[in-house]
Amino acid sequence: MKGSSISAEDIKKIANLANIPISDTQAEELTKQVDVTVSYVSKLQELPTDSVVETSQVTGLENVVREDIVDKSRILTQKEALENAPHTHNGFFVVDAVLEEHE
Amino acid sequence: MNKNLLDLSILELSERLKTKSISSVELVTESYQRMEASEPIIHAAITIRDKKEALGKAKNADETRKTDSHPLHGIPYVVKDAYLTKGMRTTAASKILDNYIPPYNATVIDRLEKCGAILIGKMNMDAWGHGASTENTDYPVTKNPWDTTRSAGGSGGGPAAAVALRYVPFAIGEDTGGSIRFPASWCGITALKVTYGRVSRYGAIAYASSLDSVGPTAKTTEDCAVVLEAIAGIDPYDATSSPHPVDKYVQGIKVSIKGKRIAFPLEYYKEGLDPEIKTAIIKAREQFVSLGAIVEDVFMPLLEFGVPVYYILAPSETSSNLGRYDGVRYGGTRELFTKETRRRILTGTYALSSGYYDAYYKKAQKARSVFIQNYTEILSKYDAILSPVTTISATKFGELLDDPVTNMMMDVYNVTVNIVGVPSLALPCGFTQKGLPIGMQIIGNMYGEKTLVSLGASYQAVTDWHKKIPRGENS
Repeated sequence: MKGSSISAEDIKKIANLANIPISDTQAEELTKQVDVTVSYVSKLQELPTDSVVETSQVTGLENVVREDIVDKSRILTQKEALENAPHTHNGFFVVDAVLEEHE
Repeated sequence: MNKNLLDLSILELSERLKTKSISSVELVTESYQRMEASEPIIHAAITIRDKKEALGKAKNADETRKTDSHPLHGIPYVVKDAYLTKGMRTTAASKILDNYIPPYNATVIDRLEKCGAILIGKMNMDAWGHGASTENTDYPVTKNPWDTTRSAGGSGGGPAAAVALRYVPFAIGEDTGGSIRFPASWCGITALKVTYGRVSRYGAIAYASSLDSVGPTAKTTEDCAVVLEAIAGIDPYDATSSPHPVDKYVQGIKVSIKGKRIAFPLEYYKEGLDPEIKTAIIKAREQFVSLGAIVEDVFMPLLEFGVPVYYILAPSETSSNLGRYDGVRYGGTRELFTKETRRRILTGTYALSSGYYDAYYKKAQKARSVFIQNYTEILSKYDAILSPVTTISATKFGELLDDPVTNMMMDVYNVTVNIVGVPSLALPCGFTQKGLPIGMQIIGNMYGEKTLVSLGASYQAVTDWHKKIPRGENS
């Protein structure tokens, strides 16, 4: 973790990974802001943590399971599940194509 | 005719409802009168429930009330718009969810409904919880009821302003890094950030899943205790909800705090803290001593690392959580994410990306362990830690936007509480010379909410900061 230097190219790449469409102007502004943030949090490298095990959650609970029984009160009907979808077709969600057709 | 019924405590209201000296219809009517009078200026709400529908619920509550009905039976309340409410629009203050009508209720909503409480509105916030001023909402910005040229704080500025203006006796907020406590302090009310897992998060729109907590905000500690008792406990729909037994929090009100030990971390009261806030909390410290508590200076030197840990963990987790908004199953497209949210998603995606994960996310999780050790050490010797909530009192609009570092520093006193998972009670302890509320927080042990209730209620029994009411005009 070094004092960061993030470029507009980095930001465009990350924005693409995060599926956030951004313009060149926005990329420039975001580059500055993300850079400031990342530089600021880099302060953390001053904290010694060599022999420390990481904590991902604080409950201490592990392997929380339930009986493998269908809970009908929790199931949405097809109509309910589709009610908020902007595009549906014959009772299905419409999604963008992920494969391209070739002649 | 305004009887100011909503100035009363929940237990007083419940008593009067049961003896039929007042009705839920009167209460709910008063709630709508208050909202109608203040909302055109304050904008605490994003969505208000149809008045006739709410009055219908109230009438039904009046007809079905029994002497052993729950104290919340027939009591109106509001929630931060981060909780799914079946059939009632839920936005998280983002245009992405502008038309979203949830098909099911969050567990906290179900539990309150079972008690007979009446939901009347969905309150304003920074979109997705991203902010400390409610200015990042995609809806009209909430104004501070004490001075409408100033921010109500955030991210839950709406619920805080609603309770401060006595629209309702209580609200439910969500606290990831201060989002319940911060606006409560700027609006002069009481708020409880619960132990992580104490209240189910099912149906709460996630910001950062390992930090998010669901809790009440109200006029007093007692009211918060009444609500907590109703909403706490394990939920099969949230695997992180705790099986730890639920205490009788309300009984904590009567427990003496004589001999209770409170830690006063010296690092928290150095440069960076507004002198007026410092003075108010030192006065509160003396009051705790006069109530029989023992307050001692301690060292908690990790404070400066709290914000860096939080601003790695929270953006990382939010970048992952907000990945679900693809505009396919519900909601609009990702272009609708606004500035602050983009900033956080990109920061988080960067911190989690290949080659940086160890240096950022993993490092922050290790630091999290160091914070837990530090808190455990202090809280094994003390019942609570006395801390400020905010570095400054309510700011003018625009002062916090577009400056990432100042924005981040706003929650310096709050974020470590979420990182560690412990509970914290924020309560009013004074006013600035300009007449703006000042808050403090008492941080407790894991599942130590009952002790916090004793400390908060004892303090509020001998002070009246929590009784001051803004009336929503320019003050």
